[in-house]
Amino acid sequence: MIDSLILFARKLLVKLVAVFAAFIPGIAFAIQPYNLPVGVTETSKEIFDLHMFGFWISFAIGVFVFAIMLWSIIFHRKSVRPTPAKFSHSLKLEILWTVVPIIILVALMIPATQVLTRTHDSSNAEIDIKITGYQWRWHYEYLDERVKFFSNINTPEEQISNQEEKTAEYLLEVDKEIVIPVNTKVRFLLTSADVLHAWWVPDLGVKKDAIPGFINEMWTIVDEEGVYRGQCAELCGTRHAFMPIVVRAVSRPEYDDWLAERQQGAEEEAALAQKADWTPEELLERGKQVYSINCIACHQTSGKGLPPAFPALIGSSVVLGPKAAQIDILLNGRSGTTMQAFGALLSDSDIAAVITHTRNSWGNSGQDQTVFPQDVAAQRSK
Amino acid sequence: MNEATIDIKTNEMAHDDHHGPAKGITRWLYTTNHKDIGTLYLLFSLLMLFVGGAMALVIRTELFAPGMQITTPEFYNQMVSMHGLVMIFLVIMPTFIGLANWMIPLMIGAPDMALPRLNNWSFWVLVIASIVLMSTFFVEGGAPSGGWTFYAPLSTEYAKPSITFMILSIHLLGMSSIMGALNIISTIFNLRAPGMGYMKMPLFVWTWLITAFLLLAVMPVLAGLVTMMLTDIHFGTSFFNAAGGGDPVMFQHLFWFFGHPEVYIMILPAFGIVSMILPTFSRKPLFGYDSMVYATASIAILSMIVWAHHMFTAGMPLAGEIFFMATTMIIAVPTGVKVFNWIATMFQGSITFETPMLFAIAFVALFTIGGLSGVMMAMASVDIQYHDSYFIVAHFHYVLVPGALFAIYAGVYYWLPKWTGKMYNETLGQIHFWLSFVSVNLTFFPMHFVGLAGMPRRIPDYSLQFSDFNALATIGAFAFGISQLIFAYIVIRAMFAGKPATQEVWDNPEGLEWTIPSPAPYHTFETPPEVK
Repeated sequence: MIDSLILFARKLLVKLVAVFAAFIPGIAFAIQPYNLPVGVTETSKEIFDLHMFGFWISFAIGVFVFAIMLWSIIFHRKSVRPTPAKFSHSLKLEILWTVVPIIILVALMIPATQVLTRTHDSSNAEIDIKITGYQWRWHYEYLDERVKFFSNINTPEEQISNQEEKTAEYLLEVDKEIVIPVNTKVRFLLTSADVLHAWWVPDLGVKKDAIPGFINEMWTIVDEEGVYRGQCAELCGTRHAFMPIVVRAVSRPEYDDWLAERQQGAEEEAALAQKADWTPEELLERGKQVYSINCIACHQTSGKGLPPAFPALIGSSVVLGPKAAQIDILLNGRSGTTMQAFGALLSDSDIAAVITHTRNSWGNSGQDQTVFPQDVAAQRSK
Repeated sequence: MNEATIDIKTNEMAHDDHHGPAKGITRWLYTTNHKDIGTLYLLFSLLMLFVGGAMALVIRTELFAPGMQITTPEFYNQMVSMHGLVMIFLVIMPTFIGLANWMIPLMIGAPDMALPRLNNWSFWVLVIASIVLMSTFFVEGGAPSGGWTFYAPLSTEYAKPSITFMILSIHLLGMSSIMGALNIISTIFNLRAPGMGYMKMPLFVWTWLITAFLLLAVMPVLAGLVTMMLTDIHFGTSFFNAAGGGDPVMFQHLFWFFGHPEVYIMILPAFGIVSMILPTFSRKPLFGYDSMVYATASIAILSMIVWAHHMFTAGMPLAGEIFFMATTMIIAVPTGVKVFNWIATMFQGSITFETPMLFAIAFVALFTIGGLSGVMMAMASVDIQYHDSYFIVAHFHYVLVPGALFAIYAGVYYWLPKWTGKMYNETLGQIHFWLSFVSVNLTFFPMHFVGLAGMPRRIPDYSLQFSDFNALATIGAFAFGISQLIFAYIVIRAMFAGKPATQEVWDNPEGLEWTIPSPAPYHTFETPPEVK
């Protein structure tokens, strides 16, 4: 305990020294972890420069104000200066400290407007990716490429609840990354399926709200290959902290390979959705995959959920009861709760598979142990 | 400013004694006396400061280390939301109204507020509103958890039952504030002592007059907004639901049309307090009285056309973003004028450092830090990175804690001897200041760094690179929280014990409030003083 405290204190001291050193010109730019990232796009670099410009101006004004205050505090205290001066106004000074700030603000305003204008121009993008915020994961759709997928947080619940040691990418890791090519203008079209979210990747210098019913645009051209991490930046409910973003920027050929692989995967998925003769074993296996992509954020791998917001599936009356009720919830969602409608997102076979999975896992054993795609199709057509 | 003189006749003092306060609980329930109501407001908000502060400590405990510690994500969101609502609506705003109640009549030589019964009602409505707000913890699903900004659709279509109670509470709070504002305006317009022209009014009166107009302008907008939420939730309208032809972004426009002036409602009276205290302890008149008045008015007017700088990532058109960037930057000019006038007031004074002065000086310094980070945020293109990060959290806590709250402390220490007739314990006051000053910076300064490094706000758990500074902020927060217990002790002790205060209390302070005895008699200025 004492040792860890000492270690903490030492680490802290080093960091503090680093931060104070950051205020000294020259060393400032060597200390990255506690400043805005310079990033890997022209936009992020321009933002960084503007940020430092604004910072140094603020710093100078601060030094000026504090110096005068300190001077007065030290030399104009009663013990040093028993008789105060009598002056109480000066038009010259008032004009001076109105005009000088205006000039400084104009100096900030001009470059800020230039960068803003450039970041607003999302025309001539080569790749369009539609990003949809869901409670609490992101959905990516490569328009015209037949590639779309959900991206879920991948950090085990055991790490979050402190039962396991946290790994380096704690809370910043996902099951499927969004992949984009470098040196290519990529346009993001943002919207949401439920509440507001915001897509923020600091290294790319992009952040924008995902708003249900509206489409927002932004764009990026990444200069360097690498993995860039971000998070949802707009409070979106219970698990707002747990919907990270991971962008992998790769070379163009690598991107094309990845896309082809994804497209092939999509075709297989489509074929699977068409498949009519499922055995219970196949459904179970498929259901486990579907569950891990779509359900674990709320209902958890353990099926215990996170009550009261997210009910347990173990021993749930819906899961143990007749299949029709569960199919209905999967297809249409449950109003007044965060259980969304999956009817438009999942195929009949996936819905059947995931229901079958819940009815046979964690010791669950009730009515209608196996649900077939035909059951879902029948209910969907009602 | 001008010399003020007053002539209190001894027979009037005797007359006062016959009309002392009623006895028992009814004194407080039925009181129409501005001093009693001021006391009620101040004690109520002191209590709420500890309620809101306890919530802050729950938040900081959760954030001490990565991983979930003591809360669930859902409860954490409730704490974040309620901490904001309590601190804004039940601490800072009522404190200022309490100070206005006590001090405005004394400063302008009025016998009481112009509308005493309304005054009583606006306090008790506030109490009812706060009970309704607190009751949400016991509603199914718990207290509101969509942030103090309760954005649509999270708090409309996806609202939990407690949001409806929050709406009711906000309606009541709005009524209370509007009644308070009306009262302050009519008092200042009608009850100034003969000779007290507008440009002779103390700055605290001026800043409150302007604040009251801001309240009248924007509280109805908030009321309209929450009513639209109510009908969206219960009566099938679609103001904020895109699926029904509504617009979630319109919610933000309406909210911040209220919300941005609201932040000035929470800081203009603080400007007034500091403008009273700095001259007293610098023994030098306030520098640039006229320009201080004009600057305050300019800030208030500009504050109504800057709202969308809270929405730079919401997807506004380019022209809109440039407009709001420009107006936001312009507002830094009158704010800068105020800071420069304050330091010019101190310059070449003959300064002593009693507790009120310490808090006032710390206010000027730390508010400046908050103001400067505000200028950085005004650059819309850079705000893309700052928006909804801890950099923002650091910024607004700098203007609200060492800003508004420190100014309140300064004001309370300054006028407490006048209220109670007893000097507070100066040594304890100095200890309170230094502990608060160090710990407030320890709490909020590191937030700048984690914010820039990419930590979003309103998250109960964070990735590993933010650990050290969050731990530091938590230590600071606990030190700050505990230090405020000293404040409560000082205030309560000064009500009952301490060295008797003189009429002037301080070294030749300016203003009518120092021409009456300490403690201020139950009735003052029944005959208006003559202001020359």
